[in-house]
Amino acid sequence: MSAEGLLPRARGSAEVPAATGETVVETVGLTRRFTVREGVRRRQVSAVEDLTVRIGAGEAVGYIGANGAGKSTTIKMLAGILVPTAGTVRTCGLRPVKDRRRLARQIGVVFGQRSQLWWDLPVWESLRILAAIHALPAARRRARTDELVERLEMAEFWSVPVRQLSLGQRMRAEIAAALLHSPRLVILDEPTIGLDVLSKQRLREFLVEERAAYGTTLLLTTHDMGDVARLCERVLVIDHGRLAFDGALAGLAGAAGADRVLVVDLAEPAADLEVAGVVAARHLGSEGRGLRQRLAFDAEATTAARVLAAVSALVEVVDFRVEEPDIEDVVRRLYAATRHPPDAPAARRS
Amino acid sequence: MRVTVRVYWLLLAAGFRRQATYRLAALSGLVTNVTFGLLKVAVLLGAVRAAGGEVGGYDVAQMSTYIWLSQAMLGSVNFWGASEFAERIKDGQVAVDFLRPLDVQAATVTVEVGQGLFAFLPRGVPQLAIGGLVVGMTWPRSVVLVVLGVVSLLMAVVISAATVYLVATAGFWLVETRGVQLVYMVASGFLAGLFVPISLFPRWLELVAQATPCPSMLMYPVTILADRVDVAGACVLLAVQGFWLVVVGGAGQVLTRAGRRRLEIQGG
Repeated sequence: MSAEGLLPRARGSAEVPAATGETVVETVGLTRRFTVREGVRRRQVSAVEDLTVRIGAGEAVGYIGANGAGKSTTIKMLAGILVPTAGTVRTCGLRPVKDRRRLARQIGVVFGQRSQLWWDLPVWESLRILAAIHALPAARRRARTDELVERLEMAEFWSVPVRQLSLGQRMRAEIAAALLHSPRLVILDEPTIGLDVLSKQRLREFLVEERAAYGTTLLLTTHDMGDVARLCERVLVIDHGRLAFDGALAGLAGAAGADRVLVVDLAEPAADLEVAGVVAARHLGSEGRGLRQRLAFDAEATTAARVLAAVSALVEVVDFRVEEPDIEDVVRRLYAATRHPPDAPAARRS
Repeated sequence: MRVTVRVYWLLLAAGFRRQATYRLAALSGLVTNVTFGLLKVAVLLGAVRAAGGEVGGYDVAQMSTYIWLSQAMLGSVNFWGASEFAERIKDGQVAVDFLRPLDVQAATVTVEVGQGLFAFLPRGVPQLAIGGLVVGMTWPRSVVLVVLGVVSLLMAVVISAATVYLVATAGFWLVETRGVQLVYMVASGFLAGLFVPISLFPRWLELVAQATPCPSMLMYPVTILADRVDVAGACVLLAVQGFWLVVVGGAGQVLTRAGRRRLEIQGG
């Protein structure tokens, strides 16, 4: 791992394509603290601390961090739902709390855990009300609705009351509801949570198309590395309310060692496999006297097939699987690396 | 402006329609209201007859109108104090309300009013029919009074929704608002004249009731429609309702603004 990769908070670093044009999100020293009551005692907990970040028009940004790291709190402040304790925030050039209603016309927000649809009414009726709320002219409403119905494949459940939809259907309807007024900035909080692989894939494809067609700025929080990998060019990692990383996804993998892992089961116990000379992979660990071994490899540098071939050249493999880096893992390693950097003592600014 | 009217019209219709999906609930509400209506008939009409045909100015027909009209309004005005908005603050769903380019109070109250108006169909109309057929009711002497009475009735539904919204805003400060709701539940129906007309209260208690918006939610429209006031008297009652609408509406605006600064969205 290079020392360079250990320099987080590389704001505006070379890895990040400098966002051109307008700024859509800008925060300076954004802070939000909550008071927690423990019996009679009160304690201040910082959910977001001194967050300074800029997102340009058209960017796609993944905002990741462990549970309780401050992701949702940030989003709520960007959307004007939550009042910051300190610092400033501008979203689409507006002050979110003061200009809430004007801002609401320019952003679309999906909270994976909450619904903006009318539970008891059919999907079409919710969208009709939302179109009126956003004052869409009839022609535009029809065109946009038709487009969303087709691209999100909503025809089959268009007249079904929301409470009867499956989770996958409801998420599609939620996305349609948030994007109906063609917002400049779309904020998605855990949009794929609980969805099956196919539904996730569909949703991601839709978002990619939407960006390509309208240049929409995208900010999403997720626990799913797949979401980030397929949708985002830039990643922000938040840890205990502070920005721990800002850069390209590849850079994050470099900084945190987000390698894929090949797990092989061998026919016979063997010593720790050493394939580094042949292929860019390193031995992580062995179980059962070497019957099962784990090898990490950088997906950018080599492929699972090559690593497997290198291993097969040495020993007989009876079974194998490939583990994808999971986001928690990446973040955990990033934290570990930035807190205890082996050769860059004061890498983490705090 | 036209756009705004259309939005609120759609929200009103949405409230109306969503309530229409709960037919069984409407039916059970109706059964409950009719049961209590008959109970009130037994007690109050008994009192009128025992007093020689008149109590506090109410004869049998007027008392019957009072009983059945007040029962008929129960589906449309909220004396429970609980509301969807209170729930939404509690579970954080209110975040979505603040994400819309709408006045949160106006939008919430509008949907609530839409639901209340729908309830007149399955719960209001049948009770008036039952009251009219079984006991007999009196009606205002003029069409003007009927119109004023209906306007007063609609104002009652709006004032009730706006007041319950006010109760719900306590949730911005308190995590659990059931206590506030309970106080409202105990006091509001009584002070609104749900159990006995407030003119039968002792004078001091009647003054207490009049110092609250509660009679505007029930007593005043019933007073007009039970033919107990003339046009001038009806206009005074409507003015009082207008006053309370401004008070609870304004308080709702202030508390929404203040509460927003306090709002911590619950549940992540």
